[in-house]
Amino acid sequence: MPLSQSNIRFEKVSKSYGTLRVVDDLDLMIDQGEFLSLLGPSGSGKTTILMMLAGFEAPSGGTISLGSQRIDPLPPHRRNMGVVFQNYALFPHMSVAANVAFPLEMRGTPRSEIEQKVTRALDMVQLGAMKDRRPAQLSGGQQQRVALARALVFEPSVVLMDEPLGALDKQLREQMQLDIRALHKRLGLTIVFVTHDQSEALTMSDRIAVFNRGRIEQIGTPREIYDQPRSRFVAQFIGETNLVEGTLAEAGDAGATVKLEGGGTIRVQPSDLRPDAGRILVSVRPERIRLGPDAASENAYPATVTDAVYHGDHLRIQLDNGAFGFVAKADRKTAEFNPGDRVMVSFAPADCWMLPA
Amino acid sequence: MSETSLKGRLGALALVAPLVLFLAIFFAWPLASMLKESVSDPVGSHAFPLTAAVAGDWDRQSEPPEALKQAFVDDLRAIDDQQLLGDAVRRLNSAQNGFRTLMSRTIRAVEEQPEGPLDLVAVDKRWADVRFWRAVADSTNPYTDRYLLAALDYERDASGRIAALPAEASANTAILLRTLGIGAVVTLACALIGLPYAMLVASVDGWKRQALLGAVLLPLWTSLLVRTAAWFILLQEQGLINDTLMSLGLIGSPLPLIFNRLGVVIAMTHVLLPFMVLPIYSVLLSIPRNLMPAAASLGAPPWRAFLRVLLPLSLRGVVSGSLLVFMTAIGYYITPALIGGAQDQMISSVIAFYAIGSANWGMAGALGAILLVATLALYTVYGRLSADRAGGR
Ligand SMILES: Nc1ncnc2c1ncn2[C@@H]1O[C@H](COP(=O)(O)OP(=O)(O)OP(=O)(O)O)[C@@H](O)[C@H]1O
Ligand SMILES: [Mg+2]
Repeated sequence: MPLSQSNIRFEKVSKSYGTLRVVDDLDLMIDQGEFLSLLGPSGSGKTTILMMLAGFEAPSGGTISLGSQRIDPLPPHRRNMGVVFQNYALFPHMSVAANVAFPLEMRGTPRSEIEQKVTRALDMVQLGAMKDRRPAQLSGGQQQRVALARALVFEPSVVLMDEPLGALDKQLREQMQLDIRALHKRLGLTIVFVTHDQSEALTMSDRIAVFNRGRIEQIGTPREIYDQPRSRFVAQFIGETNLVEGTLAEAGDAGATVKLEGGGTIRVQPSDLRPDAGRILVSVRPERIRLGPDAASENAYPATVTDAVYHGDHLRIQLDNGAFGFVAKADRKTAEFNPGDRVMVSFAPADCWMLPA
Repeated sequence: MSETSLKGRLGALALVAPLVLFLAIFFAWPLASMLKESVSDPVGSHAFPLTAAVAGDWDRQSEPPEALKQAFVDDLRAIDDQQLLGDAVRRLNSAQNGFRTLMSRTIRAVEEQPEGPLDLVAVDKRWADVRFWRAVADSTNPYTDRYLLAALDYERDASGRIAALPAEASANTAILLRTLGIGAVVTLACALIGLPYAMLVASVDGWKRQALLGAVLLPLWTSLLVRTAAWFILLQEQGLINDTLMSLGLIGSPLPLIFNRLGVVIAMTHVLLPFMVLPIYSVLLSIPRNLMPAAASLGAPPWRAFLRVLLPLSLRGVVSGSLLVFMTAIGYYITPALIGGAQDQMISSVIAFYAIGSANWGMAGALGAILLVATLALYTVYGRLSADRAGGR
């Protein structure tokens, strides 16, 4: 089974600084060739996990292995993983080409071959023309690409990136996202990518691991994480959502009915969630809410517009129906909405997702 | 608008005025007068003003003109400041041996015949020798390169060409070279101790860093004399070091640590170490923290990461530190004077000897000027390097 030969396994890994437990009993498997994003709020332990994988921090407990080999006792320079640091960490006293040649020199690659590989790596990030410059003479995005070329030139099978695009402006960031994604596909790399930008995680990853206080809250494909969050934390951390509290009144194969606190019911899509006390949260994404006088749906409520804010590509509308408040995103072409307007609000049961309260 | 800017400018001028005045009075002026001292030779022109006026007409090779001889006789008749005359005779004698007897005979002859032309060759036949007249004519030039040449062990020979002084009279070059040598050894010692130390300081933080920095800065907070005296106590024959080593039985007789080169180098290294550690430390602080991890992740074992990344990046600090230490070291006086032997005296002690011991301000000024030139040259290099660094960012 060549595919499972070099996947990364964290087993019961923990890390404490003094009494502060930063990573708590982490079990995580990263497949070879996978693009895994670590997503979570500041201080949730993402960098710590990456640093343990790269070898700059030793776990306080547990084991990390690559394929069949335990790597946690190995020093960083023996792990053969490319690391891209948040602020590039290029060597300021070396030219771009020398920076990229560095890992090859450390591996004793013959001189002629080094030249070839450096040229190829720099062409790959479209910086062939800049090879004699110093890092200080490059823009942020160019430095980032040099760092990428340097981390890839020695053909590591695993590349670790800690918020590599954090310092770039939006346009460049999106370009780099596409570039990294394309490299990942083409070279079959395993990439572990730390970010706190959720849209970056959603667009780039095969899987996302959402972290909270040193633990994985949920791990899954971007679609699963966005459409089927398993906890209030995940639902609120990824994108924006409306959460309505209620009790599970009835559940079947066709769907379930939730009785709301303030009266009324919501039909939701089928779920195997069976809360103990029957208390439950229903999550509805703002862009799934339809607004209009004649919305015909199983879940339809009259509501009053309390606020409408123009966002360029959409309108953000605050609604209140007496029992609960809602945020909806509306296509700005649909209609004009003004505070005080009475509208019908509706959403399909398939867009309603239950999670534990 | 223009009035306020004028006011602003006047205000700024008023603010810098105290500093400018201070620098002018206590720095620029003494420096300029010292430099002037090293090239000025006013005795001849004061004592023999008439001779000075006509000396320029003579080519120094042919028979001296009658006008020059007559002017010299008139000058001798006119002079009544015995002190000035004595200085002038000494000045002439130092340029040409034999002037002392020649002048006393001549002065007597001039006193006997206070009027009219005087046949000097009849008084003493040395006056027929062109070399004596050359010395007289040359002495009336108020500027001289004698001191500067002597500071480098050169002189002008009888025909006015620059020639090396005889070996037994040429100590200055040797002392100058010794000064540069001691400076170089001290700089090397400071670099060898300072670089690892600065790296240690930069690698820890919190109270440990404060303590380590304090340890190296401590010498800067005590007076140079006290520090040197402390080394005197430590290094002497019955000093702390020798006593300890002997009581431990490591050595049988006291090590010669004081009044020799070793003691001077040890004490100067200690005193100058902060000037090495601080520039290196500040350069190290400016090195991004993740470069060493980056090197490791790229496959560099710690020692290769050190050689390829940390060392080259800290080298600029070593260079500025070395220049600072070297420039300060070559001007050192107290430490070699107290801890060194006769063979370890540096150029500053020679300057002090001329300035204080023998009131030869010309020589003191000339040696000082040479030291100044060496320091300025190094300072230019230093300025270049720090400008490069600022531009490299
Ligand atoms: N060397 C250290 N000593 C003590 N505490 C540390 C150390 N490094 C990290 N921590 C703590 O560990 C926790 C997790 O840090 P980590 O850097 O892994 O967070 P992160 O998820 O990467 O956050 P961010 O998104 O802000 O980068 C934080 O509370 C941090 O304060
Ligand atoms: Mg982080």
